Amino acid sequence: MALTQTDRALVLALWKKMSTNVGIYTTEALERTFVAFPSTKTYFAHLDLSPGSSQVKAHGQKVADALTLAAHHLDDLPDSLSALSDLHAHKLRVDPANFQFFSHCLLVTLARHYPGDFSPKMHASLDKFLGLVTSALASKYR
Amino acid sequence: MVHFTADEKAAITSIWDKVDLEKVGGETLGRLLIVYPWTQRFFDKFGNLSSATAIMGNPRIRAHGKKVLTSLGLAVQNMDNLKETFAHLSELHCDKLHVDPENFKLLGNVLVIVLSTHFAKEFSPEVQAAWQKLVIGVANALSHKYH
Repeated sequence: MALTQTDRALVLALWKKMSTNVGIYTTEALERTFVAFPSTKTYFAHLDLSPGSSQVKAHGQKVADALTLAAHHLDDLPDSLSALSDLHAHKLRVDPANFQFFSHCLLVTLARHYPGDFSPKMHASLDKFLGLVTSALASKYR
Repeated sequence: MVHFTADEKAAITSIWDKVDLEKVGGETLGRLLIVYPWTQRFFDKFGNLSSATAIMGNPRIRAHGKKVLTSLGLAVQNMDNLKETFAHLSELHCDKLHVDPENFKLLGNVLVIVLSTHFAKEFSPEVQAAWQKLVIGVANALSHKYH
């Protein structure tokens, strides 16, 4: 499932609109993931996961930076995410099923903060984009 | 059997009581068909599905979305008894409609996203979590009679 020109344009338009606030939304998405899908917390036993945690916020920013990088390298996702792929494959070893939980919660977050921009087409393009990022992250697992 | 706490039930009904079945149902089904186009396989006889605009404006899709969401109302009223409540519909989806249960999960998650756009302020992580529990419970109940 490759991104069309329309998909890319929509994703980049939203990223432009979010500007420096991407971290706010990825942090909210992380909080939602932990509450809605408690099994995901097993990967974060070393962090303080209480509401408003600065550690979750810091992690949210890391994820935001990675997604922003991905959004600006849609032509070469596997290459630009290569280091993160290695990290997730060999060090973190997060079961890939969990990326879907986070992706879903990010869509829930973006939908409520940008309802006017979250058309069905935008929804589809974002879902595809996150799917491709997830595939790239899991690409070196085995 | 799934157990919902009093808080979870309250979180669900507080949103449900404000849901416009046709609007939310139509939008949810429309988005499912747009975001996951392969789900259109069940709707060949529903008229024009040629574009996102056509799908969202299709009155038959809207009506069917309302039907689906009305059934979800059964879930809200019978949260402690989902498997029995959906036994007949489960048989129908297996034997007559031949719907892959994976679709129930897709629809459930699209519904959560649609609710998030319409009830942004109230849709806290806890409220979302209660709804995730409900939609997965319904998906499992609808799959229960498959053979």
